[in-house]
Amino acid sequence: MLLALLTDLHANRQALSACLDDAADFSPDRYVFLGDYVGYGADPEWVLDTVMHYVEWGAIAVRGNHDAATAGTLRRSMRPDAQAVIEWTRPRLASHQRDFLHSLPLTAELEQCFFAHANPWQPEEWEYVLSPADAAHALAAVPHKFIFCGHAHDPALYNLSSMGKLGHYLPVPGQAIPLAGPRRWLAIPGSAGQPRDGNPAAAYALFDTDSQSLTFRRVPYDNAGAAAAVRAAGLPEPLARRLETAG
Amino acid sequence: MARLDFQPGQQIDGFTLQEKLADGGMATIWAVSHAHFRGEMVMKLPRLRGEDDPTAIVGFETEQMILPRLHGPHVPAFVASGDFTAQPYLVMERVGGASLRARLDDLPLSVEVVASIGARVAEALHDLHRQQVIHLDIKPSNILFRPDGTAVLVDFGLARHDRLPDLLAEEFRLPLGTAPYMSPEQVLHDRNEPRSDLFALGVMLYYLLTGVRPFGFPTSQAGVRKRLWRDPTPPRALRADCPPWLQQIILRCLAVDPAQRFATAAELALVLRHPDQLPLTALADKREADALWPVFKRWLRALGREPVAQHSAAERLDRAPIVMVAVDVSPGQEALNESLLRSVRLLMSVAGEARLACVSVLKTQRIGIDFNEDEAGRNLRVKRMVSVRHWAKPLALPEARITFHVLAAPDPASALVEFARQNQVDHLIMGARESSALRRHLGSVSAQVVAESPCSVTVVRRREQAH
Repeated sequence: MLLALLTDLHANRQALSACLDDAADFSPDRYVFLGDYVGYGADPEWVLDTVMHYVEWGAIAVRGNHDAATAGTLRRSMRPDAQAVIEWTRPRLASHQRDFLHSLPLTAELEQCFFAHANPWQPEEWEYVLSPADAAHALAAVPHKFIFCGHAHDPALYNLSSMGKLGHYLPVPGQAIPLAGPRRWLAIPGSAGQPRDGNPAAAYALFDTDSQSLTFRRVPYDNAGAAAAVRAAGLPEPLARRLETAG
Repeated sequence: MARLDFQPGQQIDGFTLQEKLADGGMATIWAVSHAHFRGEMVMKLPRLRGEDDPTAIVGFETEQMILPRLHGPHVPAFVASGDFTAQPYLVMERVGGASLRARLDDLPLSVEVVASIGARVAEALHDLHRQQVIHLDIKPSNILFRPDGTAVLVDFGLARHDRLPDLLAEEFRLPLGTAPYMSPEQVLHDRNEPRSDLFALGVMLYYLLTGVRPFGFPTSQAGVRKRLWRDPTPPRALRADCPPWLQQIILRCLAVDPAQRFATAAELALVLRHPDQLPLTALADKREADALWPVFKRWLRALGREPVAQHSAAERLDRAPIVMVAVDVSPGQEALNESLLRSVRLLMSVAGEARLACVSVLKTQRIGIDFNEDEAGRNLRVKRMVSVRHWAKPLALPEARITFHVLAAPDPASALVEFARQNQVDHLIMGARESSALRRHLGSVSAQVVAESPCSVTVVRRREQAH
């Protein structure tokens, strides 16, 4: 089964549609959305409707912290820029979109795969997986062979060997990586809607559960258009610039 | 998970074990057959003794990851692999012929044989590096030869693929490799340097030539580290009939600093095939290992040294391509040759480590004439060599970056294509002659080269014609 894994879409219509177009060429059997459909970007309605449409047709979707904040179930406060967009987003959503955000689970599973937005050890606390130590923590929390999460916006791949050693690898886009062998893996596809690794192209990943082969993808998209939409909506300028520079 | 007691006749995923061929420390090799696959195959079964032997497991994982991604005549063709959940194995083509290890009983080998082995292994290494893989365990037992003499590299258990996770670097603190052949940077845990394979090849050529290993057979970490400062005895001190050029080539491979070695395996193959093109340096004449003072200085530098920059096989090859220019010095081609010179100069200035091979073809009447044999032929050859050198003079390239070759062949296009293929040329530049009755009659050399060449080809026209 071929999975298309998309995360941190952040109301970026241009990026999401480019990723979905790119993924369609590979005919994925199942789409998996790892959270943060809203926040930062200017098209929350379109992005939510699109994700909901995919979920209706069998896609898996979990809840991100921006989704929780918009639904009003986040206990912590966010940074001012992020909070400002949440306030802007909330009144724009229709009731079916709010209901969708409310209904999202924190985690999901499929065969040997485990999905969460931030981490598997305490998904509701939104701690990041940013280091090999975090990845080791995550791989100790659940027994699955493959963990996929988002929240951290940079693509990453960690593996835990049968000897308990943890490895980190900076993914090369387009290269099929075999995740076989007596080891377990944690992959972060990278943000589709707001890349921060210096490469403005949208990120997502494809995972073939049969051949256990993972491919990170980078998709150039109309990021100038997405930034213009952020500015036109009167959202904070740094959020527009970030789409242009991926800084 | 894995069993150790395999028997002839036993079935594994449809493969029938026939005969045990080798019993190594890390794996056993069996000849196998399969109803659906013809051709001779071997199955490699790792020896997994559990948690006490992680090198075998991770090395096998690494080979399972890399071998299926390799292709070409210099590696065994991949057939199938088995998962660790059941029985891990790798099935690959059985390469006929013994490994180079069998020759170790006959050491020392003749100069010609050593140079020929060196050139063939360097060609295989270049092909591997082009596929973005560094072998990192080059030694006689990992080198086989096909019946036509082509070198085949086996055992990718320590190899490094540019674009895939390096499972080994993550797992082990000790340097990985075979002690006598390990490069200084491998000693320092750098697994991203393609020129490490040139160092190991240098060790091997030294050994084949002299019967002595340049750095002995150290059994301790401290012993292995010594190669960071202690240079080997020059081969000519051990073998009087070693020609200066071969000593220079071997000692350059054994340089501590990878930047002092050949830029690529293709360049090494080129000089081994054309030793007359090698400008000799002080290395060629060296009669003894360095005195204590320079060794002491290197020792000081090696103290607490860590690996430096990150690099990769792909980057290395991009930086040091082999460029070939086909020069036609016949009268009337002056304007074209000027355009050709401009294009070559531009390309050589962009790729700062590029090597240029200037090739000119003497057209012979028929196959079988050897220009070296008669006086007239020799004269023609020398004259042609002089004109090609004259053409290249304005490029002002240092001797180490340029070679000259005069080929004699009835069909110039085929000769150029063949040279490009044999010397692993990355980019071929040639001029397009103006149209003429003769050209219409004979067909265009450049068109045939473009169609048949294994590499990129740039065809240069006279500037006036370009409009």
